[in-house]
Amino acid sequence: MSNPPDIVTGETETYPQMGESEALPEPPEKPTPSRRRTLHDMWVSGTEAPVDTGRFTDEGAQEMLAEEEPDVLAGQRGTLVVDDYDEAAVSDEETQIVNMGPQHPATHGVLRLQLELEGETIRRVKPIIGYLHTGMERTGEALTFMQGPTNVTRMDYLSPFHNELCFSLAVERLLDLEVPPRARAIRILMTELNRVASHLLWAATTGLDIGALSMMIYGWREREACLAFFEKTTGLRMNHNYIRPGGVAADLPDGWEDDLVAIEETVLEGLADYEGLLMENPIFLERTQGVGVLTPEECYAYGVTGVLARASGIDFDIRKTFPYSGIEQYEFDVPTAEHGDVYDRFVLRFEEVRQSLGIVRQAAESMPLGDYRSEDRKVTPPPRARIDQSMEALIHHFKIFTEGFKVPEGEVYQAVESPRGELGMYIVSNGGAKPWRIHVRGPSFAHVQALPAMLTDSLIADTIAALASADPVMGDVDR
Amino acid sequence: MTRDAALSHDALAEQFPAAEFGESYGQRIVRVPRKDLVAFVAAARDIGFRMFIDVCGVDYLRRSPRFEVVIELLSLEPPSRLRILVGVPGDDPSLPSITGVFAGADFYERETYDMFGIVFEGHPDLTRILLPDDWEGHPLRKDAPVGAVPVQFKGSNQAT
Repeated sequence: MSNPPDIVTGETETYPQMGESEALPEPPEKPTPSRRRTLHDMWVSGTEAPVDTGRFTDEGAQEMLAEEEPDVLAGQRGTLVVDDYDEAAVSDEETQIVNMGPQHPATHGVLRLQLELEGETIRRVKPIIGYLHTGMERTGEALTFMQGPTNVTRMDYLSPFHNELCFSLAVERLLDLEVPPRARAIRILMTELNRVASHLLWAATTGLDIGALSMMIYGWREREACLAFFEKTTGLRMNHNYIRPGGVAADLPDGWEDDLVAIEETVLEGLADYEGLLMENPIFLERTQGVGVLTPEECYAYGVTGVLARASGIDFDIRKTFPYSGIEQYEFDVPTAEHGDVYDRFVLRFEEVRQSLGIVRQAAESMPLGDYRSEDRKVTPPPRARIDQSMEALIHHFKIFTEGFKVPEGEVYQAVESPRGELGMYIVSNGGAKPWRIHVRGPSFAHVQALPAMLTDSLIADTIAALASADPVMGDVDR
Repeated sequence: MTRDAALSHDALAEQFPAAEFGESYGQRIVRVPRKDLVAFVAAARDIGFRMFIDVCGVDYLRRSPRFEVVIELLSLEPPSRLRILVGVPGDDPSLPSITGVFAGADFYERETYDMFGIVFEGHPDLTRILLPDDWEGHPLRKDAPVGAVPVQFKGSNQAT
């Protein structure tokens, strides 16, 4: 059988056929493995030796050859089979340390966890914090009591109203200042709505972390309704500086009642959807029940408060135990659970959203008329119109915005129930216009510290769920 | 406060005669000498202040003792707060650690050490927590400089 002639040259080329006598030529000897083959390496004896300049390769312009040794290369490509694994040589006690964060998307900020693993079991956890530390406590010492809320509102950036409220209540206790009823009711209304917004965001991100991806969109969508109301009232979506010593910065906007009714409707509808989506989903149950458990004793020892403590069966809510800003006049329940796991925290937070919406509705229905800030001109600046008419008002305005108001000497600890737990502020005044010391006891700080108790001897896959259920806000941890 | 009265402090006062009880804005405070601190905190926990809340420091620069460490405890049944104040002299800024009584004091004591340089003796791992390990100084001390970050412009480091 012959090959057809070449179209161009007309020559017929013959190939050795199968079964013909000629032996196959010996394969050329493999070049010694070198880091880079040059033309010199491929020189065949008997011909003129090329000049070894060290620059010529057989790569060409369009190709790149690997420089590594073949076995190294196989390791890099993942084709290497290591069959010298000796099970007896590997000790059962061997552990490895894995870094999670600070850039891990599921650490809710810049939290870094070092996990010591034995297989897939976590044996030791070390939270490492401080990546977001900006010295806000020191900054607070340089700002007047008037400017204080701008600083503290940036600490726990998911519940800014609670920070401002805590600061304002502490300063008012030092001043012995009574706040008008309308201001108190507005404060409760805004903080409870903030709790709703914070819990919705928590449900969204935690849902995302444990694989319920739709929750991410749903939670943010409903939270948006709350933020729109915040923006309408305060001018900002976050970091409002709205609650100030002496009252609030502005009255509620036109049409606020209708807005609140719409928000309640939207959020309740969304909440029913989330519960339908999650609470009986077998994958969700598998990932949350019995995960990240805290016992009541651990809660006491680590200062764990808020939803985490209530999920473990500790009936402690500052709104009931040490009521502030007139919250005792509204009817609401504090739900508790007993298992102390991630699932219970879901149940409680969803129920808290309902309770908070109830408080918002009651506050809206019984909103007292009157002034929205104290009439004490030493503390709150006079209305703009008065400045044109009264010399006194001008002086007060000038004094408040230059020097600030002086606060009597003393030290006070004030706590409010933030969405995460007990948010406390310890303020020391030396009688000046600036705090001598302002210390913020953030709930997230205690909860991050309790992570080892939650995670030790659990599976590494549970880290995400347990961490997310603690709802740490790193702005609150590092301050 | 009436509710505070329900929790008997007599036992504590009897056991620690050096402790000074007082009140500040409706909240019970007690000044404890630092040698009694651990025993006092343990006794307070045993009479009902079971929940650990907070540890922080204050620098009263020109006062004696210069530092004060503030420990906040909470009782739920009956609801009551107790604030423990411990004076710490500036030339020997140290006091015993309460991590043996409340495990949660760990991070708070590290933060106080980080910010004030107050040494908690007996703390299992007293290292910086918020600032980098190689940070110099303790920024919440009143004599720590503010805003003195050196920059490379002529004359910029003079006015701080």
